[in-house]
Amino acid sequence: MGVFFLVPIAAMFEFSTRGNSVTAPRTMEAWTNIIKTPDLVDAIIASLELAAITSIAMLVLLLPTMVWVRLRLPRLNRIVEFICLLPLTIPAIALVVGLFPISRWMRINISDSILMLSFFYLILVMPYSYRALDAGLAAIDIKTLSEAARSLGAGWGTVMLRVIVPNMSSAILNACLLSVAVVLGEYTFANLLTYENLQVAIAYVGLVSAGTSIAVAVASLLFAFVLLMVLSFVGRPRERMARAEETIVAPESRILPLRDSYIGVQK
Amino acid sequence: MTATQAGEARAGVEVRLEDLRRSYAGVTALDGLSLTLAPGELVALLGPSGCGKTTAMRLVAGLEEANSGRVMFGGRDVTGLPANKRDVGMVFQAYSLFPHMAAWENVAFGLQIRHVATGERKQRALDMLELVGLGKYANRYPSQLSGGQQQRVALARALAIRPQVLLLDEPLSALDAKVRSRLRDEIRRVQLEVGITTLFVTHDQEEALAIADRVGVMQSGRLEQLGPPTEIYSRPATPFVADFVGLTNRMRGDVDGGAIKIRGASIPLVHPDVPDGPAIALVRPEAVSLVTDGEIEEGPLVGTVIAVVFLGAVSRVTVDLGDATVLAQMQTSAASQTPAGTKVRLAFRNDPVLIQREEQAAPASA
Repeated sequence: MGVFFLVPIAAMFEFSTRGNSVTAPRTMEAWTNIIKTPDLVDAIIASLELAAITSIAMLVLLLPTMVWVRLRLPRLNRIVEFICLLPLTIPAIALVVGLFPISRWMRINISDSILMLSFFYLILVMPYSYRALDAGLAAIDIKTLSEAARSLGAGWGTVMLRVIVPNMSSAILNACLLSVAVVLGEYTFANLLTYENLQVAIAYVGLVSAGTSIAVAVASLLFAFVLLMVLSFVGRPRERMARAEETIVAPESRILPLRDSYIGVQK
Repeated sequence: MTATQAGEARAGVEVRLEDLRRSYAGVTALDGLSLTLAPGELVALLGPSGCGKTTAMRLVAGLEEANSGRVMFGGRDVTGLPANKRDVGMVFQAYSLFPHMAAWENVAFGLQIRHVATGERKQRALDMLELVGLGKYANRYPSQLSGGQQQRVALARALAIRPQVLLLDEPLSALDAKVRSRLRDEIRRVQLEVGITTLFVTHDQEEALAIADRVGVMQSGRLEQLGPPTEIYSRPATPFVADFVGLTNRMRGDVDGGAIKIRGASIPLVHPDVPDGPAIALVRPEAVSLVTDGEIEEGPLVGTVIAVVFLGAVSRVTVDLGDATVLAQMQTSAASQTPAGTKVRLAFRNDPVLIQREEQAAPASA
């Protein structure tokens, strides 16, 4: 499996380090070209910004909605699921055509910035994010946990941020990672709506320098790997446990438990 | 510090439920429940699944809204208040500790919401854990605690906020019998020490009878009877209560002049002013004794022991009368005199019994 995955990447890296002729020595020129090409750098920055905005918007929109539906409107669960999974069944080209009038209106009336793409990317990432969050919600008893928190005086915001989110951090990180991966790899929307994101820039650079476009592709893959590693380590819940064990030491028992006394005498 | 100081209990408040009604999609879950809990009292709501007891508790907690009726805490109407403004502590049937927090953090959660200073918060959390006998487990996470320990932490968490009312929603049902019995006693001890008004919901009659000052037996969203455990058991107000609380022999007989004649034996009635005619008497197994002295002649109350079930100090004996079986409960030493196969004659204690008319009754055993 690893070989299946790594061999193409190694081949891409090998290609990106070839010289200009068959006999020319290996060179990192294609890689240094990445930072020497302003359009490419701008596209990378724009794609990263889009990934961040889309992930945050996805969480803000989906997580409270899914929690609310599970807690208060379980009958709507199927409908929400259907809506969230719908983009999977519609080809990207059909989505672009359908959304084009909205895009044009937004460009005229709101902004022409590439970051407006995040609105459309939000639709694209919904199926993947929904599945990840749904798995996380299914793993915890949110009804009981939220009711317990509410009975202790917590408002809905506190319930969400201090009870539900920490208990599904892995699912949230997975949803974010999938969103980032989808956004970084998106080409159709950006190209047809005439924005220049990472994939569009790679395609343009590829017309001039195949080596540089391959180097950018390898770099974006490596970025995704690093992100995955970082997120998987950050998401480890047991780290906190070890810290808490070290910091809090309970005092000696001062009140006898029932098995020793019915009257709770002080020692 | 004593347990009471640890809890720093407020004086228990009176809790009053007035004509509470709640229905779901046309199905009535609660049908005009009225109930008053005296300050510091522990009342258990007992009933079969679907009788409305949990709905009643959720309405008191503010986790659901009543269609009509009022909930009053100490004379204050809290009916419209959301759960987080009601000032109740609640222990749930399902394990409800926050998995990402250590035991002491769980207990301190409600205090943090109330902006109690960090040092005091930790101290109070640890004190509450001491109160439930889990001081040494303060740093453990829920996954590192047994079911009984988790429920004790949940109890400490509910009490840490010094609520006006404590609500216990079948907190012992997920535990094994031994832990359940021990924790039941522990809950009662803590409740008495803290002096908090408590509503306890359970479907386990033994639990309700053992722990409560008063027991309310519910059926179909209504309170059938409310009274001290001894009264509920020995003077059931309705056939349902008699049937639901404890074991009951259902024996056919004829009402005649304020008593019921069962196979020639006459037993007084709880409500003697009922019309004569056929009826089913509800007779407790402990009101049935077995006579083995002398020669047993054939008769309507003579039968053969077919099973003896050892229950510890007492045993339950099943007697086959030919056309029916009857349960008798007695000291194990007495039951040992009547092994299976022994011919015995039944005798009934002269305690008044409830009756049920044939048309209301399920098939009777005798």
